[in-house]
Amino acid sequence: MIILELFINALISGILLGGFFVALAIGLSICFGLLDTVNIAHPTFVVAGAFCAFFLNSTFGIDPILAGVIMTPFFFALGWLIYSAYYQFFERTSAQALRGLAFFFGLLFITEVVLIMVSGVDHRLVNAAYIGKSFRGAVAGIEFSVPYRLLSAFVVAGIMTLGLQAFLDRSFFGRATRAVHQDMMALSLMGVDPVTVKRIAFGIGLGTCGIAGALMIIVIPIEPAVGRVFIGNVFAIVVLGGLGSISGTLIAAMILGIAESLVSTFFGPSWAPAVSFSILLGVLAFRPSGLLGVGDTR
Amino acid sequence: MTTVLRYKFELGCVLVLVLAFVLTQIGVNNFFFFAGFAVVQFVMIATAWNILGGYGGYINFGTAGFLGVGSYTAIALIQWSDVSIVPQIIIGALMAGLLGLFIGYFTLRLRGVYFAIATLALAIVLETFVNNWDFVGGAAGISILPPRNPELLGVMIVDRKGAGIFDNNTEFLFFLISAMAIFSVWIARTIERGKLGRGLNAIKDNEEAAECMGVPTLRLKLVATTVSGSLMGAAGAIFPNYLTFVDPLTAFNLEFAINALAMPMIGGTFTWIGPVIGALLLGTVQQIAIVTISSELNLLILGVVLVIFVVAAPHGIVGWFMKKN
Repeated sequence: MIILELFINALISGILLGGFFVALAIGLSICFGLLDTVNIAHPTFVVAGAFCAFFLNSTFGIDPILAGVIMTPFFFALGWLIYSAYYQFFERTSAQALRGLAFFFGLLFITEVVLIMVSGVDHRLVNAAYIGKSFRGAVAGIEFSVPYRLLSAFVVAGIMTLGLQAFLDRSFFGRATRAVHQDMMALSLMGVDPVTVKRIAFGIGLGTCGIAGALMIIVIPIEPAVGRVFIGNVFAIVVLGGLGSISGTLIAAMILGIAESLVSTFFGPSWAPAVSFSILLGVLAFRPSGLLGVGDTR
Repeated sequence: MTTVLRYKFELGCVLVLVLAFVLTQIGVNNFFFFAGFAVVQFVMIATAWNILGGYGGYINFGTAGFLGVGSYTAIALIQWSDVSIVPQIIIGALMAGLLGLFIGYFTLRLRGVYFAIATLALAIVLETFVNNWDFVGGAAGISILPPRNPELLGVMIVDRKGAGIFDNNTEFLFFLISAMAIFSVWIARTIERGKLGRGLNAIKDNEEAAECMGVPTLRLKLVATTVSGSLMGAAGAIFPNYLTFVDPLTAFNLEFAINALAMPMIGGTFTWIGPVIGALLLGTVQQIAIVTISSELNLLILGVVLVIFVVAAPHGIVGWFMKKN
């Protein structure tokens, strides 16, 4: 019975954790999946967002989620700038992928060091009414608890992801982004500037870092280097879900969340980072196109 | 005379090695060997990275992972039964080479970015594994005492009183890493001039075209990953003896990854001299900066310089001296 109780609790927190992972990975799913820009600095930008949320919260007492919403336009602008530079220096001249990767790796490193210099390597937390308490209940004799901080992250991430998915599915801009993914040339023949579409889409992808960062500092204590741990997670999610598929990302994040939660419950939390990597390697070896992917993997 | 000219690179190698040996014998302040070790180790790491990254165009973010495998293989061997340093290096290199083969087999058939991502995640997972492995110290780290009077083939190598070849361990390790670095550069140059290097270059330019022309792409990539990985492993295996205290945070530090990438990129990736120049230059600057400025600022400068070079000077320093074609 105790095993069952552990299992149910792990499952609940896994689903909630999956919601948090969706928020982390959705921006990368747009940048990497739809635009083919391998932004390995994405998790580090999320950490930067988390630090902004921390400073807004500790200085002005703003609720972290509200802080995340406030930061979104700034991250959008940052994304616009980064993609403009990336396009100017690498894509336009069709430089080797190697240099683009090195560029983002450099950005990752610079962001991390700047964060260390600004705030030191201490772990940071935020204060809000819903952090630290849990909802407890019992069904048929099985007790379970739902921490409010995970629940709030799950709800916010869900709203953000479903909103983005609806936007990309329904709006003209969303269709244009998909078109850029399929055939840039055809899009420009239809009278749409593909580079502008890509700039905006990359901006949206990076814009999610504001809210994702706020959720990150709600869910875990952060320090500048914590982004590295999530690189494996976000890429495992995007690759498992299939490049270019937002619903795939959603499903994959849930799978990873549940798997990590089960592993940390039954084998200990220090083994959790190994889960994402095993999934990533397994997917690359046996089904490189992912669950719902249509893209070319070669 | 012509045979001498033909082997002038090899002669140069021997000359540099002799120079390193002489340096250890004339009683220079020990700190220079300590700092010099770090620089020469970077020459080796950058050269190893460049075999796959520079010639083949497959970027490896997992340098720290390969180094860590080397280091922790050495530690495990010391813990197990006080194995001496040469077998440590050989077995460390073997393990890291196997790791390269394994990762390469799973990801090199796909687009290059997947290999890069997998290697980046690899370092983190290996760190997780070592954190949970108490035999080699776990997350708390482990102290390694270098043997007091190591011997090799019956010859005493280090003795404080002057009976050995070297007066202290740091001098011995400096000489050893110099020999290994020179060997790595020789391997890189041999690969560059041989069939393997030309095949890798073809892969970098256009993989599909190379495959259509009959280049065995997967096999060449796997060979390059294995060689590159095992050289990194060898550079890592000597590390515990140098540091005398190793914990997962040091052994799997991301700094290695950015250095291994930045040094060839700044020096120039298409020829063996590029990573050597990059590593000597950046390594020395970093050693000076760590002492005089701060360690963090030094990393920031490294990141900024890398981005500038990637954007503005794709052929690195060597590119400045080459004719434009």
